[in-house]
Amino acid sequence: MSTPSTDAPAESSVRPSEASAFRAIAVAVLKGFLRDKSAVFFAVIFPLMFLVLFGGIFGDQGRSKIDMVQVGPVSILDDLPPQARGAFESTFDVERSDDLAAAIEKVRKGDADVAVVQRGDDLIAHYTQTDPTGAGITQGALRSLVDGANVAASGQPPQFTLTTDSVEDDSLTAIQFMTPGLLGWAVAMSAAFGAAATIQGWRQTKLMRRLQLAPVSTRTVVAARVVVTIAISLAQMAIFLGLGAAAFGLTLTGSWWLAIPLLVVGTLCFMAVGLLAGALTTTTEGAVNAANFVVLPMAFLSGSFFPLDDAPPWLRSVSDVLPLKHLNQGMLDVMVRGEGVGAVWVPLLILAGFALVVTLVAARLFRWDTA
Amino acid sequence: MSAIEVRDLTKTYGSLRAVDGVSFDVAPGEFVGILGPNGAGKTTTLEMVEGLRRPDAGTISVLGEPAWPRNRRLLSRIGVQLQASSFFERLTAREQIRTFAALYGVPAQVGDTWLEHVGLVEKADTRVEDLSGGQAQRLSIACALVHEPELVFLDEPTSALDPQARRNVWDLLRGIAAQGRTIVLTTHSMEEAATLCDRVAVMDAGRVLEFDRPTALVERFGVATLEDVFLTLTGREYRA
Repeated sequence: MSTPSTDAPAESSVRPSEASAFRAIAVAVLKGFLRDKSAVFFAVIFPLMFLVLFGGIFGDQGRSKIDMVQVGPVSILDDLPPQARGAFESTFDVERSDDLAAAIEKVRKGDADVAVVQRGDDLIAHYTQTDPTGAGITQGALRSLVDGANVAASGQPPQFTLTTDSVEDDSLTAIQFMTPGLLGWAVAMSAAFGAAATIQGWRQTKLMRRLQLAPVSTRTVVAARVVVTIAISLAQMAIFLGLGAAAFGLTLTGSWWLAIPLLVVGTLCFMAVGLLAGALTTTTEGAVNAANFVVLPMAFLSGSFFPLDDAPPWLRSVSDVLPLKHLNQGMLDVMVRGEGVGAVWVPLLILAGFALVVTLVAARLFRWDTA
Repeated sequence: MSAIEVRDLTKTYGSLRAVDGVSFDVAPGEFVGILGPNGAGKTTTLEMVEGLRRPDAGTISVLGEPAWPRNRRLLSRIGVQLQASSFFERLTAREQIRTFAALYGVPAQVGDTWLEHVGLVEKADTRVEDLSGGQAQRLSIACALVHEPELVFLDEPTSALDPQARRNVWDLLRGIAAQGRTIVLTTHSMEEAATLCDRVAVMDAGRVLEFDRPTALVERFGVATLEDVFLTLTGREYRA
């Protein structure tokens, strides 16, 4: 049993420095993240699985032309009208030969994809089914040439025509397209989940109150948390670009580093989304689920997993109001399309605007008490 | 000068008067308990004294300074333990106390000596999630004391502890009090209040009903224990 006494301890003369408090909180938060296996999984491993998966599935897509060996004269090919010749040459690499047996042997060995020879009016193509996609393209292309020649031979003008328009995306190989989009998704996911889990977790354990009762400015606490998330985003970027370049032939264009400011502001934007999810819910699980509910559909609608060029117009209009679309678009433009500063300032403004508005809304809705 | 001086404190939430004209003083070095059923206004009162909430009316002076607005010089003189789990996730006991030490500008070695004071040296490399209830409670108290505060607030420091762990925390708190610190704790344990506290405040419906030495209250009410005093003051009926 203690008794009242008057000899209270002398006033502490230590003055905490904001810099050391910042460092302490940042280190604590970073250690907490790195030790959270599921957070690390969803921030890094999970999106990388998609990169590997898509890189493998679509890796061949950008490959090129089909190697054709033309044996002897083939009038259908030799007499192609100029516009058809352009399309033909963008699909096939033609090598001429006079020896059919040798040409077929080449196909058999995989050194060529198809050998063609004309017998009278019959166009004969020798190809293997080893590569079904290439075989399909070969068959389809040759058939359309034959059909075209038949129409021309009939002397009638063709009733139906096909106009194709090659857009620049077609020139991007899958990995070039996938990397910025998946990186955008990965960053959006980990920033939003992290912020949602932190605001709910710290509220529930009262750590947030506890930090308010320490002689540290709120700005320092928030800055430490934000800086750690930005560092995680940049690490995600480094891992994505490193793996993409090393394993899947990702080639970055000149101003790719402009993706860094995009990623930083995008991180703030999705932290704000996480804060809002945290403010609207009462449990950590609820907050993370709410963040997921927003981020996953947004990733689909923002072209993180597949291009939206062929999507219906209304869908593209929807995607235009989503911040992730602008993050993806901006990163795509500077990382693989060779665009410069002009391509990033609009996405930057949009992302910053979203970050600001969503943070303000979250701050208004936030309640200290979970009840 | 009082360590804490509260005058006519009022806080209203909607139509609920959570704190309704509360006044009290705590002397330097005094060990004070705040008792009351859930919803009595204990937490709101403490949060206003700690400077977390702005009072609707009334004045609060803590160690000679106004509690509101949040005052960082004052915060470095008070220590607060909110509950056992107010920790940074997935840090070890040592990392935890060092982090709090850094927040108060205290060297890491001082944090390590606090692990010794609360008997957690062997658990220094254990993550906070893997500590027992009593160990987490002691670490939480160490985090509140790492900067040698003059005034300490403890929120139900022994709730959910087994009797051994509870007594262990009591010994720890007695030691802190013996160093001359002023301590304010909330508790639902009448035994704890009677054992540790110089004076107890019994609160209900936002008011302080009594504020006196436990033995004086028992004597004045002509009952056997502090619990009888508490039940006489706040009623026996169950509150949902």
